[in-house]
Amino acid sequence: MLEIRNLHVSIEDKKILNGLTLTVHDGEVAAIMGPNGSGKSTLSYVIAGKPDYEVLDGEILLDGQNVLELEAHERAAAGLFLAFQYPLEIPGVATMSFLKAAMNAQRKIRGEEEMATADFMKAVRAAADGLGIPQDMLRRGLNVGFSGGEKKRMEILQMALLAPNFCILDETDSGLDIDALKVVSEGVNALRDPKRAFLVITHYQRLLNYIVPDTVHVMAHGQVVKSGGKELALELEATGYADYKTLAA
Amino acid sequence: MNDVTPIRTKVENTLLSRFPQIKAALPGDASIRHLRDDAFASFEQSGLPHRRIEAWHYTDLRSLLRDAPELAVVPPSHVIQRAAEHASPLDPVPATRLVMVNGFYDANISTFGLPAGVTVKDMHSALGQSEPLVASHLGAATTTPDPLIALNTAFMNGGVIVTVAPHTKLDLPLELRFITETVDAIATTPRVLVIVGEGADVTLLESHQGPDGVAYQTNAVVEIFGAAQSRIEHLRLSAGGNYAVDLSTLAVNLQQEAVFHSLNCVTTPGLARHQVFATLQGEGIAFDVDGVSLLSGTQHVDTTLAIDHASPGCTSRELFKTVLDAQSTGVFQGRIMVKQIAQQTDGKMMSQAVLLSDEARMNNKPELEIFADDVVCGHGATCGALDDDLLFYLMARGLPRLEAEALMLAAFVGEAFEKIHHDGVREVFEAIAGTWLKSRSTPTKQA
Ligand SMILES: Nc1ncnc2c1ncn2[C@@H]1O[C@H](COP(=O)(O)OP(=O)(O)OP(=O)(O)O)[C@@H](O)[C@H]1O
Ligand SMILES: [Mg+2]
Repeated sequence: MLEIRNLHVSIEDKKILNGLTLTVHDGEVAAIMGPNGSGKSTLSYVIAGKPDYEVLDGEILLDGQNVLELEAHERAAAGLFLAFQYPLEIPGVATMSFLKAAMNAQRKIRGEEEMATADFMKAVRAAADGLGIPQDMLRRGLNVGFSGGEKKRMEILQMALLAPNFCILDETDSGLDIDALKVVSEGVNALRDPKRAFLVITHYQRLLNYIVPDTVHVMAHGQVVKSGGKELALELEATGYADYKTLAA
Repeated sequence: MNDVTPIRTKVENTLLSRFPQIKAALPGDASIRHLRDDAFASFEQSGLPHRRIEAWHYTDLRSLLRDAPELAVVPPSHVIQRAAEHASPLDPVPATRLVMVNGFYDANISTFGLPAGVTVKDMHSALGQSEPLVASHLGAATTTPDPLIALNTAFMNGGVIVTVAPHTKLDLPLELRFITETVDAIATTPRVLVIVGEGADVTLLESHQGPDGVAYQTNAVVEIFGAAQSRIEHLRLSAGGNYAVDLSTLAVNLQQEAVFHSLNCVTTPGLARHQVFATLQGEGIAFDVDGVSLLSGTQHVDTTLAIDHASPGCTSRELFKTVLDAQSTGVFQGRIMVKQIAQQTDGKMMSQAVLLSDEARMNNKPELEIFADDVVCGHGATCGALDDDLLFYLMARGLPRLEAEALMLAAFVGEAFEKIHHDGVREVFEAIAGTWLKSRSTPTKQA
């Protein structure tokens, strides 16, 4: 369970999150929608532990643990995963060796044994096949020269391999063609589990036809201004955000 | 004011008084003595290079050299035995090893039996025996006047002369292994000539190792002559002691269509300067010179290149990677000169540095000097910290900061290592970098 209470965050003296409160229960898929610049990516970075932000007030608890005290890699090992809105290219770091390093680093932090190479290869191959990622992409530098859609699939591949218990998907649907959207959604749905929760950030109701949310939250000016069920997304599609922009305190 | 700037430093004075005292004991016939006198006279005039001399602006040897330790002598057998016991990271690479202890070649601890087409002569005896190769080649690889070459020429006493017959293809690399074995600081001044015949194909390793905590100094000059169509790969490892001063000059003279690649990997010495003076004398030469420096503590490591395109249609590529931690200082000076006749020259030089600490410093000075009109030449230099966003991306996947940095740095230096043709040596160099990167996560660091 992720609990965010009264979160105030600024960057470079600019206030972005203004007392945001949100709870996502185990097994829940929560969708966040909101206008450009409302702070959705900021929220996801702050949860994941990006160092540039200043948390002025509030707390973030993952299964009761205060994640704000943890460094980014410790949060990952604790089960947090962020699928980036803009996955980064890392030249010279082969995707395969990166995946292995990441998996083993998390295992090490959790006091688990390293994964045998054969098991690792098998797991990667299975996950890649499921997401339609060709093997030769895994031999290239991480995300280097990948298309926008390929990068998003690679994020989901990492998510599948690392098996986190809290997943944040920041606009994973943008840049995906219709077929890829289905593939990626199926990948996400396959990971749905009573012990795993998702925070799905999106601008498009269409994604929510594939990944059906339990709750939908509207964010504006760094706050959650309205929460509801999946029908709220449909409503937003019809009305836009104009009414909500004024709701924030 | 009674505060008068001394005209000579202590080190200069020591060197100046030493030469007349020992010159009679240095090996060499009349012509060598003449060479030594001339070289010493030029040192006498210029003194140690200092920051007001452009080529030494960032490496002020005058203030960096604190002592002029005793010149090494031919080591006794127990010293040679001890030297022979040291392991080297290059041990796993099968090679024909020529071992120099304190600069002096010792056949007994070198590989027994040379491959066909290869000859090796001890420089110490060659100097005193009117060796024709000395007369024809010593000092001939470069015409660049240089204080390190001058000092080496004045005091040279050890080293080897290697020849490789035309069209010889060596299966194993030839390794010039320099081991400094001493408890007191000494100065070694080996001189090496490598004369590679037409169409011959050679991998030449050059490794330097020595004790930590001893301020020994090496001033080595290696002259390589590559005849037409020769292929030479020269891979150098500077892994001397943490107080060592490693001064090194690589002078290369190439004839037409020679293919040459050199990579210098510097890890441990406290103070190092590696100079490369290359003359591309024939047409159609492919010349690549690269470097990787992994620096920590208060290390000061300088790479200075002068590539002389003296013929048309040659290609030169330079790629230097420097990683600087703690209070280390890096220097890269690269000059590509393109003579008027050297049309269709294609030269590209790049120096990239990553600073891992606020106190580390990198000085980059790439230069082009072009007198021909039909050329493609370029240079670039970058210097900065690792990208925070990339680090966060890796950390968000569970990699602790140092591991994330190590992954990025391995990729950074890997780009230069990838240019090594010899697989075994590439693996050794990558492993050395891997060990260096791992050692950053342990709190015990060398001085
Ligand atoms: N480093 C920064 N310095 C200053 N302002 C920033 C910085 N990063 C983000 N912001 C600002 O914070 C606000 C929220 O940005 P954020 O990326 O969280 O929005 P978002 O809701 O994800 O928008 P989108 O829907 O376009 O992805 C924006 O106004 C943005 O300009
Ligand atoms: Mg965003």
